[in-house]
Amino acid sequence: MTDLAWIHGAIAAARPQAVGALLRYFRDMDRAEEAFQDACLRALKSWPEKGPPRDPTAWLILVGRNAALDGVRKQSRVTALPPDEEISDLEDAESRLAERLDGSHYRDDVLRLLFICCHPDLPATQQIALALRIVSGLSVAQIARLFLVGEAAMEQRITRAKARIAKADVPFEAPGAIERAERVAVVAAMLYLLFNEGYSAGNDPKRAPLCDEAIRLTRLLLRLFQTEPEIMGLTALMLLQQARLAARFDAGGEVILLEDQDRSLWDGKLISEGLALVDKAMRHNRPGPYQIQAAIAATHARAATAASTDWAQIDHLYRGLERMQPSPVVSLNRAVAVAKLEGPAAALAMIEPLENALSGYFHYFGARGAFLLQLGRDHEARIAFDRAIALANTPAEAAHIRRHLDRLMASAEMS
Amino acid sequence: MLYTLLCYNKEDVVWSWSKEEDDAVMNRLSAVHEKLVRQGKLGPSLRLLPTTAAATLRSGIVIDGPFAETKEQLLGFYVIDVENLEAALDVAKELSAANPTSVYEIRPIALYVPEARSNAPREMVRAY
Repeated sequence: MTDLAWIHGAIAAARPQAVGALLRYFRDMDRAEEAFQDACLRALKSWPEKGPPRDPTAWLILVGRNAALDGVRKQSRVTALPPDEEISDLEDAESRLAERLDGSHYRDDVLRLLFICCHPDLPATQQIALALRIVSGLSVAQIARLFLVGEAAMEQRITRAKARIAKADVPFEAPGAIERAERVAVVAAMLYLLFNEGYSAGNDPKRAPLCDEAIRLTRLLLRLFQTEPEIMGLTALMLLQQARLAARFDAGGEVILLEDQDRSLWDGKLISEGLALVDKAMRHNRPGPYQIQAAIAATHARAATAASTDWAQIDHLYRGLERMQPSPVVSLNRAVAVAKLEGPAAALAMIEPLENALSGYFHYFGARGAFLLQLGRDHEARIAFDRAIALANTPAEAAHIRRHLDRLMASAEMS
Repeated sequence: MLYTLLCYNKEDVVWSWSKEEDDAVMNRLSAVHEKLVRQGKLGPSLRLLPTTAAATLRSGIVIDGPFAETKEQLLGFYVIDVENLEAALDVAKELSAANPTSVYEIRPIALYVPEARSNAPREMVRAY
């Protein structure tokens, strides 16, 4: 017996490769998707009866391709292909195809499928929505729920995005080494956006699947590019951040800062996988932004308590990131380590020049308020916290800052 | 007779299970484990992290990823307790020096369940 959950799992896992191969074959996204849908319907009928094929992906590609060709032939009134029962009996054809799938095409098929979703003309949210539709196979209704928008609006967005990429020149020939590396980098950036879309939504259970899906697709990318240290780094970064999910919010949905989190709630399985990948990446001596950020997350993950955090290491890593990718946000993050190492005055002096660049950034005023508070400059701290609340992206962020303000008010009344 | 049971599955499917699905499988397995422990049949057991977390030592060269050849067969394994991948590779290199034609896949362990038998062997057990 093949249970339905297994079939759905196998189909979801096969989808990127199968749709990627069908796209290479038909060079038309709609036709590739239809062919895959067709193959899935046949799988749902055939697999529970006959048992699953040895290689579900190869089966879906071959049956999808035949079904689509059959459709074309029927339309053009040419002789139809042999009946279903015969093409479903794939023993020989399947193993031949499976051999070819192990080859180089397979990797480039999946990469191409991810890459066309990253068209530079598409805004980031559309790239992500398109990837969820095309690569992950989520329904428009599911994607609309994840983005908290109406189904009609999401339908329109995806239709437009698809029309945009249909007009684009999709490169179907196998890419050269440099081009392939560029595509991997573009896809990695899109997957990190997908992850952050879920991560920044915090504890909203409706949006949580975004992070899981980002991790699933990044693991897939890593399986295809096993020797890329930046993809190891990106996977590790996502796993180590996701590991803290259960500890990031209190029962009321309010943000709990890293140093106040109950570390026993961190997911040890995700942490060990993340740490293993950081270890692997480091051996390459080819540092990159994802690896450094993963190493920072790993430093936190390795600390048994907040007090035992290796802040010097974190400062060192942020310095590396500042050199590689200078940005006021990175400097702001380093200031937190500086506050631990040298005290709030040094941290405050470090972030003051950033105020212009970060005048619309919630975390800038949150950090500024916290440093001022530690220095006993309550009045200025209150001003900073007020600005942070005005800039908060989620109710949980605002509630967290409001708690600081309440404490300030309470201590002002006592004195 | 001592046996090792090696569990194979599609890792992309298994590592895409939701927490609920994963817990459900682990709970079903736990029930079997408990029975085997009561019967004195279960030695140590473990669950491996995905192959993407693996490295392979072949002829002195470290390759990212799992052991992927089909020409060789699994002949044995070690469980080692070391600081990190670098230290694990050092151990693998030592073993490799003693047994140069073998390939070593270094794979981190996700979950390790120690020996629970009261009658666990305390000395080397040979089947030959």
